Amino acid sequence: MYASLHLVKSLGITFRRFVETYVDDLRWFFKGGFGARYRPDTLPIRQSPTKSRGIFTVQYPAERLPLPERFRGFPFLIEEEGKLRCTACGTCARVCPPQCIWIVRASDPETGKPLREPAEFYIDISICMQCGFCAEFCPFDAIKMGHEIEIAAFDREKDLLLDLERLRKPLSYHAQIHPTEYAAEQEKKQARAAARARK
Amino acid sequence: MATEVTPEPTDEVLTRLQERFPGAVEAAPEPYEGLIVARDHLVDVATFLRDEMGYAYLSDVVGVDYPEEVNGLPPRFEVVYHLFRPVGGPLTLHVHADRENPVVPSLVPVFPSANFQEREAWDLVGIRFEGHPDLRRILLWDGFDGHPLRKDWHEVYYEEEKKPFGSRWPEGHPVMAESRTPLGRNLRYPPGWSPEDWRPTTDPWGYRPHDEVAEQKNPAMPVDRVVLNMGPHHPSTHGVLRLLATLEGERIQKLEPMLGFLHRCHEKIGERNTWLGNIPYTDRLDYVCSMTNNWPYVLAVEKLMGVEVPERAEYIRVIMGEFTRFLNHAVSVGFMCNDLGIYFTVMLYALEEREFILDLFEMTAGSRMMCNYMRFGGVAHDMTEEAVALARELAFERLPRFIDKVDAYLTENEIFRARTVGVGVLPPEQAVAYGCTGPLLRGSGVPYDIRRADPYSIYDEFDFEIITAPDGDVYSRYLVRLGEMRESLRILQQALNRLPDGPVMAGKKKATVKVPPGESYGRIEAPKGELGFYIVSDGSPNPYRYHIRAPSFVNLGVMGELCRGHLIADVVIILASIDITLGEVDR
Repeated sequence: MYASLHLVKSLGITFRRFVETYVDDLRWFFKGGFGARYRPDTLPIRQSPTKSRGIFTVQYPAERLPLPERFRGFPFLIEEEGKLRCTACGTCARVCPPQCIWIVRASDPETGKPLREPAEFYIDISICMQCGFCAEFCPFDAIKMGHEIEIAAFDREKDLLLDLERLRKPLSYHAQIHPTEYAAEQEKKQARAAARARK
Repeated sequence: MATEVTPEPTDEVLTRLQERFPGAVEAAPEPYEGLIVARDHLVDVATFLRDEMGYAYLSDVVGVDYPEEVNGLPPRFEVVYHLFRPVGGPLTLHVHADRENPVVPSLVPVFPSANFQEREAWDLVGIRFEGHPDLRRILLWDGFDGHPLRKDWHEVYYEEEKKPFGSRWPEGHPVMAESRTPLGRNLRYPPGWSPEDWRPTTDPWGYRPHDEVAEQKNPAMPVDRVVLNMGPHHPSTHGVLRLLATLEGERIQKLEPMLGFLHRCHEKIGERNTWLGNIPYTDRLDYVCSMTNNWPYVLAVEKLMGVEVPERAEYIRVIMGEFTRFLNHAVSVGFMCNDLGIYFTVMLYALEEREFILDLFEMTAGSRMMCNYMRFGGVAHDMTEEAVALARELAFERLPRFIDKVDAYLTENEIFRARTVGVGVLPPEQAVAYGCTGPLLRGSGVPYDIRRADPYSIYDEFDFEIITAPDGDVYSRYLVRLGEMRESLRILQQALNRLPDGPVMAGKKKATVKVPPGESYGRIEAPKGELGFYIVSDGSPNPYRYHIRAPSFVNLGVMGELCRGHLIADVVIILASIDITLGEVDR
């Protein structure tokens, strides 16, 4: 029985958390009615390091934590005004540590000269290690890391080997998930345009 | 508080060694560092260095294969040793061995810490160590053909020597990995070897029938000797580790860790990768603290490249490193309680704190666990204001409360003390001899911390204590972890208060880096102990040799000694107090 004091003390932590959860529920009930604690807008408060009280769990998949802008999901290619930014320079294929990017460079059908665009572009996301080097070292800002995380599929070859059609995403998607980065890009672009106009 | 760092000691050591052993020692030619020791004198030289020069600590044993002339030295096998004194940088010893029959005398009688590492060098490079008490394969199994880290070794569906592979661009057609190496045919046995007739020799008593082992009875007290296999899938082994224990009654007579279930030949992968491409792979070593895995690797490469890291980047590295230490120790204490039978309570509270730190990592680096954050000459991204605010909130408010809570509920808890005090005692001499580092060493009362002994980055600018506890038991290690969490917060508070503005990268980020030929050993005080990267460059875009001195791997070498005479229930808690990650042990 000598251990009983600390046993009670320690069990007290769990019990306190248990009670706190209900107290917190009640607090939210008086503020916003039934079930107010689990509304999406309270998530930042429930997950805050200083303000969270009671149970900390997020009820995934009913609710999801927001992904920060820099989050690295799987790569996608940006399509701007109907044209890919990608020039098939091959930097991403060479810098990719697991080498999951394959590119076929397009060539002019008449002259046979290589063009500055990809004819085919494959990323095997079952091998991709989400390191983000392709996006980091792309000289044309053409490839970016998306925010997709739920990629479970039945067939690896059909579903996880992404081809050009599935990699292509509009610029608006990039602007939506990377707002700060997009703003900085636009600013740079405008500055460059202004500099060109001055000349 | 900061200790004076001794100047490069090699010259002084060389003079004394040449006096004592004329003709046996010479300085290694450029671009190598340290000394070349004649094979026949190695044991004497090592004993002399240990007893008279104070190099009591053998941290790292690496085998390197040089089939051709590299960096101006003839073809050879080489074993590289890194020895340390209580303060200062490494003394590097090179020992050359023949190409045809590579044999080097074993250093196990002088430094028991060489045991696992020499076995590893035999296993992966195929250098034989004469006088080693138990030279068996350690990471691979008997049915493995050859020694994979030899340069002429190729796997079955070998593609190309070096990355980037040419098949990807400009004419790249995708091949699924499983069709490239079809299952069942991607395996090669040694000549004349068949799995049907195989009796495991790496495993002398593991698979024998019970009565064969139990025949030796103690006449005074009739108890059977029992061989007990714990793992490879056992909840207490924190991964895939197999512990082979011989029990006399209920007491452990002998215990041996069997490794390699998670072996992926990280070092071979590393030699094929580009310099840059290795950074995300280092994340996968100790997957609990990926930030501190990037660090020694970039440190080693930066040393060769001679890059200066901007001040803000150094501060960010320290902030990330200390948060990693905090989360590792918190989770480690939590899991230790888990192994004690306090199911999940402490662990889940620790994971809650870890969650915030991972949020910070995700916000800054882009990923929670596989951060891939550091680059040669800085860090990948700057910390945003939002991230700094979160870091401040954590370091000043949230995390100190967590430590107080753990301290209040665990430190004096009778049940916790009853299970941990006096269990798994590691005397300080043994800890040093076995090359233990980190909380395991400091829990034995040896105040050795690389942040102080051989300061890297900007640790000499911070005010913090090295935490030690005198008893060397599981409880002491717990106290050290608790104290280190507090010290980490102290460092974090100082770093966040002084965080300067400025760039976070030296120069422009480049996809291909030029690393001048040479060798370098970068080490940091990772949460689990000394994490070192030994790299050799021949000036090409890929590392010539890339070796990891993993703290968990070396610390595990003392496990058998710690468990002798204890109960099986204590094995679990001793293992938890060593704090291993199998990703790093098996590499």
